[in-house]
Amino acid sequence: MSDVTETTPTNRGQAIIREIMSGGATRAILSVALGFLVGALFMVFSSEEFLAAAQYLTARPTDALGAAWTAIAEGYSALFRGSVYNYKADNLEAAIRPMTETLRFAGPLIASGLGVALAFRVGLFNIGASGQLLFGALWATWISTRVELPWGVHLVVAVFVAILGAAAYGAIVGFLKARTGAHEVIVTIMLNYIAAGILTFFFRTPELLREADGGGTPKSDAPAESAQLPLLLGSDFTLHAGFILALVGVFVYWWLMERSTLGFRFRMVGHNADAARTAGINVERTFVLAMAVSGAFVGIAAANQALGVRAGLTPDIDGTIGFDAITVALLGSSTAPGVLLAGLLFGAFKAGAPQMQVIGLSPEITGVVQGFIVLFIAAPPLVRAIFRLPPPQKTTVISDWWQKLTRKGDVK
Amino acid sequence: MNTVVTPGLFSQVDAKVSTKTPYLMAAFALFVLGAFGIAGKPEIVAIQWSKKDDLLYLPDFLVPSNVVGIVLGVILVGIAVVSFVMARRKLVTPLWLTLLFGLLAVVALLAWLAAGNSLPFAFILGNAVVLAVPLALGAMGGIMSERVGVVNIAIEGQLLTGAFLAAVVGSLTDNLYLGLIVAMIGAALLSMVLAVFSIQYLVDQIIVGVVLNVLVLGITNFLYAQWLSNDGQNSNFPGTFPIIPIPGLSAIPIIGPALFEARITTDLAYLIIPALWFVLFKTRLGLRARSVGEHPLAADTVGINVRLTRFWWVTFGGLVAGLGGAALTIGAVGAFGRNMSGGQGFIALAVVILGRWHPFSAAAAALLFGFSIVLRIWANQVSPGIPTDFITIVPYVVTLIAVIGFVGRVRAPAATGKPYIKG
Repeated sequence: MSDVTETTPTNRGQAIIREIMSGGATRAILSVALGFLVGALFMVFSSEEFLAAAQYLTARPTDALGAAWTAIAEGYSALFRGSVYNYKADNLEAAIRPMTETLRFAGPLIASGLGVALAFRVGLFNIGASGQLLFGALWATWISTRVELPWGVHLVVAVFVAILGAAAYGAIVGFLKARTGAHEVIVTIMLNYIAAGILTFFFRTPELLREADGGGTPKSDAPAESAQLPLLLGSDFTLHAGFILALVGVFVYWWLMERSTLGFRFRMVGHNADAARTAGINVERTFVLAMAVSGAFVGIAAANQALGVRAGLTPDIDGTIGFDAITVALLGSSTAPGVLLAGLLFGAFKAGAPQMQVIGLSPEITGVVQGFIVLFIAAPPLVRAIFRLPPPQKTTVISDWWQKLTRKGDVK
Repeated sequence: MNTVVTPGLFSQVDAKVSTKTPYLMAAFALFVLGAFGIAGKPEIVAIQWSKKDDLLYLPDFLVPSNVVGIVLGVILVGIAVVSFVMARRKLVTPLWLTLLFGLLAVVALLAWLAAGNSLPFAFILGNAVVLAVPLALGAMGGIMSERVGVVNIAIEGQLLTGAFLAAVVGSLTDNLYLGLIVAMIGAALLSMVLAVFSIQYLVDQIIVGVVLNVLVLGITNFLYAQWLSNDGQNSNFPGTFPIIPIPGLSAIPIIGPALFEARITTDLAYLIIPALWFVLFKTRLGLRARSVGEHPLAADTVGINVRLTRFWWVTFGGLVAGLGGAALTIGAVGAFGRNMSGGQGFIALAVVILGRWHPFSAAAAALLFGFSIVLRIWANQVSPGIPTDFITIVPYVVTLIAVIGFVGRVRAPAATGKPYIKG
């Protein structure tokens, strides 16, 4: 490595800096920072102490500033305590519990984020993660509550069915797009509502999936013990194997998109469908396949939601995951490591909610932060203008250098 | 630079006369005739045309449920036959006939559901209209935006902005009209963000729309939890506009009281929908707007400022959608609730497509969705055991079928979703 830096002339060093500054990772980090900043403003202006001190701002401005600082510090330290490490806890177990909660929440976000990200890479916009999740969860619940299978096999079959169900629901979208040219955004929005209706019907009907002694509200039985995702850290923590599934998903996604022929085909269609068609790729079939694989990743999230619980399911098991998945994919710029990190961040937001509630700050503040992060992410020119970043670079100094490192002797 | 031509957002297969429509109609008609008519329930239905205190009171109309099913079923079969004949002569089934078909089918369903019960026709229609107003206005905003070539997924966010601002401003100032105006301006500002990002920065329009929805949902959720739920008396208690009968029109029997005894938000919708139709299809302004949406390069060539046209139409679309949002709070229930729009912006998007980017058809489609919501609530009361979840999804299935292209020709403005780069 040392000889590389030695042979790098200064102008190349500058090129590297410019490449880093204009790259997606820098923009993502700055967007997150800006999002937190705007969130801080919201905290300040909703703090009663600050608003009281602001009444006499001109007389004693330090009061207002102090109150503002307290509001921000309290808010974000509560988020930290709730999602990473609770330094106020009595014992170690309680102190690290927040971290495991973050991982538990991150599991479905990462998995469904991968699904949306894959569609993005193929030039499709999968807004239907929620419908695919519900459809996968529906059949997983069928297996986990209505079918009896031996220990071990039961869980595997249930997870497999969740993935298959979601993939099939995704494939419908790809099929309709390939066959009729219907735009996937509209189709997925409609399919979301349809999936929700079907699931509610199943959960409401005693002959189908309604819980054994349930009332009028649609609710299923708890999944059979043999079909539950096992807890990873003993019964004191709620973290379950669903997170491992999500990690496997990240690896599979990376391999699929960066190393496999299928992934190459996906990316090619995403870059330029016409060129891909000219090169002999069946674009229509690729759409169907891509939406199926995209749905399969969402199916991992479905398994998380349907088999990671110890109680009966209600029709809102998708929560806000469907739309969160889009923000995860956007922030993670549709790459495997990016989606992993973005999923962890937004998982932390969800895990931090109870601690924020304790100090009297509405946990919905994380929704504001999340919204602004993706706003900045979605508008690269805006962030570049704010931070005076250089425009996207055409040089490839970093990737050349990386290739040199990884290929060792190959490069002249 | 912009040589990669992606298919239009709601693009559609070629526009030859579809023979699918008559087949679909025939299937529906036979279903109605069979299920609601021949195999229908013989109990009496009391159809209440009007409320007791109406100016012109019509007595209840008593008729066996299955008779209604048979009569309407036969009419529906007749319409399907007409559609067949027209398809044979290479004619497209006119939209009004399709709408009439849908309406009659709904009435047959109502009569079947209400067997042995009363069918409060005026009540159902009136509520359907109130529920349809936010959808229709949201859809008008969507039409204005998409007719000039900008996809507006952010209708949801605009409705939510309008609903929130109308409730809060109306409450704080004790002036509902001020609340209404601020709601419209707020939603228009949100639309401006969409316009600037998609026209100036050329960011993917769908992504901007989704992001704006996420943003507005986050902000309103936070403000609701932190502020409105603690200080509701002051900040979230605006009340609603008074219900004022329109003189003359409200005296029409049956539909008069249902349609024309309404709040100002509904009345404004009655004005805006035809006004938008007039501007779009009968004025030079509308012609220019449509040309920008269909072929921006040609429009540019003849001297129309494509970017400015898009900017203002998208912005004014936000104004209208904001009014729709206000209709959710100060035009209906009178207070803001968490995630109040609850996906209605997406339904409005479906309404735009079902209505084929045409104000009148879109209004009719909005009414269909309004009906389906009322129907779900009402059907639960009169005959429990009906799988209401299926009634819920019917409009979505219909929209899906329309998008796939079974119901005639659905074609978006050609340049929808594509940025225009001069040069």
